[in-house]
Amino acid sequence: MPSLALDVRALRKRYGDVVAVDGLDLQVPAGECFGLLGPNGAGKTTTIEICEGLLDPDDGEVLVLGQRWRTDEAALRQRLGVQLQETQFADKLTVAETVRLFRSFYREGPSVETIIARVQLEEKRNARVNALSGGQKQRLSVACALAGDPDLVFLDEPTTGLDPQSRRQLWELVEQLRQDGTTIILTTHYMDEAERLCDRIAIVDRGQVIALGTPRSLIRSLGAEQVVECAVGEGERLEERDVAELPGVLRTRVDGALHALQVSASHETIPALLALIARHGLTLTELRTHSPTLEDVFVSLTGRHLRDT
Amino acid sequence: MSTSRTSRSTRPAAPPDSRDAAPPAAAAARLSPMLQLTLVRFREFYREPEAVFWTFVFPLLLATGLGIAFRSRPAEVSHIAVLAGAPAADSIASALGRDSSLAVEQLDDTAAATALRIGRIALLVVPGAGATAEYRYDAARPEARTARLVVDRALQRAAGQVDPVTVREALVSERGSRYIDFVLPGLLAMNLMGGGIWGLGFGIVDARRKKLLKRFIATPMSRAQYLLSYLVMRLAMMVVEVLVVVAFGVLVFGVPMRGSLGAFAIVCVVGTLMFGAIGLLIASRARTLEGASGLMNFVMLPMWVASGVFFAATNFPAAVQPVVQALPLTAVVDAMRASMLQGSGLAALSGELGIMAAWLVLSFVLALRLFRWR
Repeated sequence: MPSLALDVRALRKRYGDVVAVDGLDLQVPAGECFGLLGPNGAGKTTTIEICEGLLDPDDGEVLVLGQRWRTDEAALRQRLGVQLQETQFADKLTVAETVRLFRSFYREGPSVETIIARVQLEEKRNARVNALSGGQKQRLSVACALAGDPDLVFLDEPTTGLDPQSRRQLWELVEQLRQDGTTIILTTHYMDEAERLCDRIAIVDRGQVIALGTPRSLIRSLGAEQVVECAVGEGERLEERDVAELPGVLRTRVDGALHALQVSASHETIPALLALIARHGLTLTELRTHSPTLEDVFVSLTGRHLRDT
Repeated sequence: MSTSRTSRSTRPAAPPDSRDAAPPAAAAARLSPMLQLTLVRFREFYREPEAVFWTFVFPLLLATGLGIAFRSRPAEVSHIAVLAGAPAADSIASALGRDSSLAVEQLDDTAAATALRIGRIALLVVPGAGATAEYRYDAARPEARTARLVVDRALQRAAGQVDPVTVREALVSERGSRYIDFVLPGLLAMNLMGGGIWGLGFGIVDARRKKLLKRFIATPMSRAQYLLSYLVMRLAMMVVEVLVVVAFGVLVFGVPMRGSLGAFAIVCVVGTLMFGAIGLLIASRARTLEGASGLMNFVMLPMWVASGVFFAATNFPAAVQPVVQALPLTAVVDAMRASMLQGSGLAALSGELGIMAAWLVLSFVLALRLFRWR
């Protein structure tokens, strides 16, 4: 039994002059929920579509469930569940008809009713697809990915564009899958999503994995205890240079009007910050602290925000 | 594969959730992908009211309109006038009035000039002195020339002219030679073309645009079955379309069906498959509905004009005839007309069927080669 559900080595893919994937490595053990976190255009979708056998890599090796696309495509298709970004299902079909169609493609799998129940669309089983909300459509998309009782499920940006409540419902669905032991590989550019759902995360930027680990270990690697965010009144100016010299400050960044400081000891930094603001005759309009997140990890690795692009 | 499948059994004991509750004999109720794909095609069609209208109602409306516009009419009556006030006006008007194909009135100078100018009368007779008369008419107008012949004949006879040759008239209006007989097979063929090209083209391009094709190839679905489901739907649709249009033509207008039904059915099936293959080819790469619809019009427009749906394709100059005759729609129109109106059998239709088969194979092979699933 291969311990790795996915084994990707030195993967490369370019579109014309643009290098989408640049020597990427990934090893995902069976049973893990693995996240590819990165901004749009980082190469996540290209990577995942190569793993799904929808794109051919220019170079590198891809082993999925111990099999290769070139030789085992028919067998692999039976064992994978795929949810693509931007698939729009046929408007005129109902939920049940759509699921039944996808179920018919697989030799084995749960019954149509079971699949619909898993994504909690029972009440909508006879509703046309065009009458579904964004979140319900996305759950239908996941339902179709589960139609063949897959060993490995790929979810490409499953919650992009959804309202908070729909996101939370989808997260519960993914957590349920994870509990059932299905291996899941998901891409996202939401750090809270990756943090909540994934056992391990690869942070991807410019076609490469720039950090890998559990959410907790990635955040710990910052060495920061807290992130302090503050803003001053309109028209006033707080120099980043001055802020960076405050005691306990590891890194700073300016995000619009907001200064974000990664600090090793907030009890030292905050009084000094307040004193600095008072000294310059500025008014403090915002002050808050939070524990560092994956967003902070990404920013300190790349100098950019996840959602800047 | 068997080794990795064991991963399921080595999972930590999962709660007995609904997934495991699925009967292990789910394969017993195995859904047929071909059936499901075909059902989807039908559902997508009949849940689209516009598609139903264009496929079934539109050809009937068109046939009715054309049937009424070009119905066989009784001989026309020519409206003419005699200039009032002239000495012989009354006698000439009553002499002409005896001819049933003339409607005669007497008008004064200005009224006559106006009536002539606006075309209310075709000709004005101006009686002259003694046995003379003047005809005023526009020789460029066919009805004026007809009126000139009829008026002159009536006038000369009234004055005593005798026909040197005795003739007898036998009037003919044969079924199969009227315009409706000519145009109905053309409409039928045009309908098959529209159904094949639009029906397949839009469906497939729409699925590509929605990334649904890409989603399908991420499953074990057979690509051949997917494309086949469109052809199955087209064939079934074709049966209904042909039945509706032919029944309408036969029952309402008495259009003849002289050829064998078998040969006619073969023309319909081969024609449908050919247009389906052409639709597939048009849809093989287009990513947007706009792009596809431009391509479809580019392909269909020349055939609407040149393939002899509404008037005989032989009207085009001899130099372009080889091209016109090789067009897919020309072949279907000609074959349908030959079968319905002349009762041609398969042997007589082999030329058209050959052209259709060639387009079918060529388009299908090219389409499969070019087809883009993403």
